[in-house]
Amino acid sequence: MEITHQEFKHCELIKIKGRVDSATASHLAQTFEKTDKDGKYKLVLDMSELEYMSSAGFRALLAAQRNSKKYNRGEVVLVSVPERIREALELAGFTELFKTFDDPLNAVGYF
Amino acid sequence: MRTVQFPAKFEQLDEIREYVGTIAWQNGFGDKDVYNIQLATDEAASNIIEHAYASEPDGALELTCGMQGDRLVIVLVDHGAPFDPADVPLPDLQADLADRKIGGLGIFLMRKLMDEVHYQSNADMSNVLTMIKRKG
Repeated sequence: MEITHQEFKHCELIKIKGRVDSATASHLAQTFEKTDKDGKYKLVLDMSELEYMSSAGFRALLAAQRNSKKYNRGEVVLVSVPERIREALELAGFTELFKTFDDPLNAVGYF
Repeated sequence: MRTVQFPAKFEQLDEIREYVGTIAWQNGFGDKDVYNIQLATDEAASNIIEHAYASEPDGALELTCGMQGDRLVIVLVDHGAPFDPADVPLPDLQADLADRKIGGLGIFLMRKLMDEVHYQSNADMSNVLTMIKRKG
């Protein structure tokens, strides 16, 4: 798994590439700890190059969303979620917890 | 049916997914089924590593995978603490963000993605998890 950041005026774009499982989810969680420490709560997660995500990744997403929405200070939104991953998120009942966009620019524009 | 032994470590999950995915693919399962079989196996293996071997860093995980008629059978055997997925309460998928429970999701996915999930804890200290996916 590889994570890259791009800073925008009103939000942070985080691109997650590769596979997120129990071995790599802690890396994702650390990324969210860092954005929390930096006071960044408006997060756009670009999943266009994400190949795989298990429930370990879902848990990291849930924790990040919970933290971002605290005190109405922000939100985590998802972009270009691959079909297989979207189906699993749907099965887990996660799709209603995250706004999703097809295009990163639309997601950045949301904030 | 072939059996392979993996060290019970999260770093092995890539190979575990690859192993079942290749067998499923070779036996005619489509993209979606292959992904879901890999996900269910990952969740099962992750639970064993995290719970059954919680206090045992050098545990082993025995993985058997193959076709029985039109069914793909995956058997995971460990020698750690007994852990029955049936004892884990189902997550409340209707709960809002604040009340959403963080555990139990992997087991929920295993049950949803596979046609059958069975668990047996034996007197010889082995735990056997069997998952079945039918073709078509």
